Amino acid sequence: MSSITAAAQVLAQLDADAQKAADAASSAGFAYGLAAIGPGIGIGYLVGQAVQAMARQPESAGQVQTTMFLGIAFTEALALIGFVVFILLKFA
Amino acid sequence: MSFVIAALEFPSVENLVIWPGAWGIGFNKIALEMLIAAAVPIGLFFAARGQKSLVPQGARNLAETSIEFIEEQIVMPTIGPDGMRYVPFLLSLFFFIAIGNLFEVIPMFHMPANARMAGPLVLALTVYALWIFVGVKNHGLGYIKELLFPPGVPKALYILVTPIEFLSNFLIRPFSHAVRLFANMLAGHILLVTFSVLCIALWQTGPLLAVEALTFPMLVGLTAFEIGVALLQAFVFTILTGVYIGGALHPAH
Repeated sequence: MSSITAAAQVLAQLDADAQKAADAASSAGFAYGLAAIGPGIGIGYLVGQAVQAMARQPESAGQVQTTMFLGIAFTEALALIGFVVFILLKFA
Repeated sequence: MSFVIAALEFPSVENLVIWPGAWGIGFNKIALEMLIAAAVPIGLFFAARGQKSLVPQGARNLAETSIEFIEEQIVMPTIGPDGMRYVPFLLSLFFFIAIGNLFEVIPMFHMPANARMAGPLVLALTVYALWIFVGVKNHGLGYIKELLFPPGVPKALYILVTPIEFLSNFLIRPFSHAVRLFANMLAGHILLVTFSVLCIALWQTGPLLAVEALTFPMLVGLTAFEIGVALLQAFVFTILTGVYIGGALHPAH
């Protein structure tokens, strides 16, 4: 019981700035984790389809590869923006 | 040489999107790297230009291979044969970004030039200005209208489509173009720093030294991986430039 009271006292002592820093720290972790889900699925699907295309038509592998990198670049943009938000929340 | 580099200020992680002490007094490590990244290709291509022998050697081999690479892997798939006039621009872009990125793994530097927002942002804004200019020059102001009001869409839908097209073409496109390069290099840099610090910390602690056998090969492997990422990101940035220019030259597809 006394430990809960002590924790409540610590929480009450947090001023606005410290509260904001704590919120930023806890949401920074979520920002990247959540941002990685969608692009992870997307890139996996994209590369899988590209490999399938290359296996079916090895002669068009070069073209498929270029398009694949392009698609990856567009897909991973969301994950990267999540990463930047994480870094900015953490450090800036 | 190492003293000069060590004397230069290292832009701290708090300065991700601000350049400390701008306008001449902010000459830090990244500025030096950018100067080198600009000077090396100039030197390379002047050295290649000076060769008179019929069989290409050394610098000339590299120059010819890289020009061929830009023409066949970037210009032809994205712009087409009429995009050959953009080869010098794309080539300089590729070399500047690739060499700037490779400083991530070069000893004494260990800091990619593009891991702070300033460099990628300037490059992305240059490309942004270029593709708008190319589009307006070739198709008049109708190009902007075509971007904002895509043909073949029912008139009532323009209320929905036009703001989305404006956002995605004029705001998100340059932003994501810059952030893609910036965040990739920053992430790679932080990854390498994390593993290096881990290796140092394990080296100093006695009982956990055995774990070093796992982390150090991982650091070596990640360094090799980051060389690949550095070159791939330069390629991706350049090919996206090609796609944007190609879209401005041939808006139909």
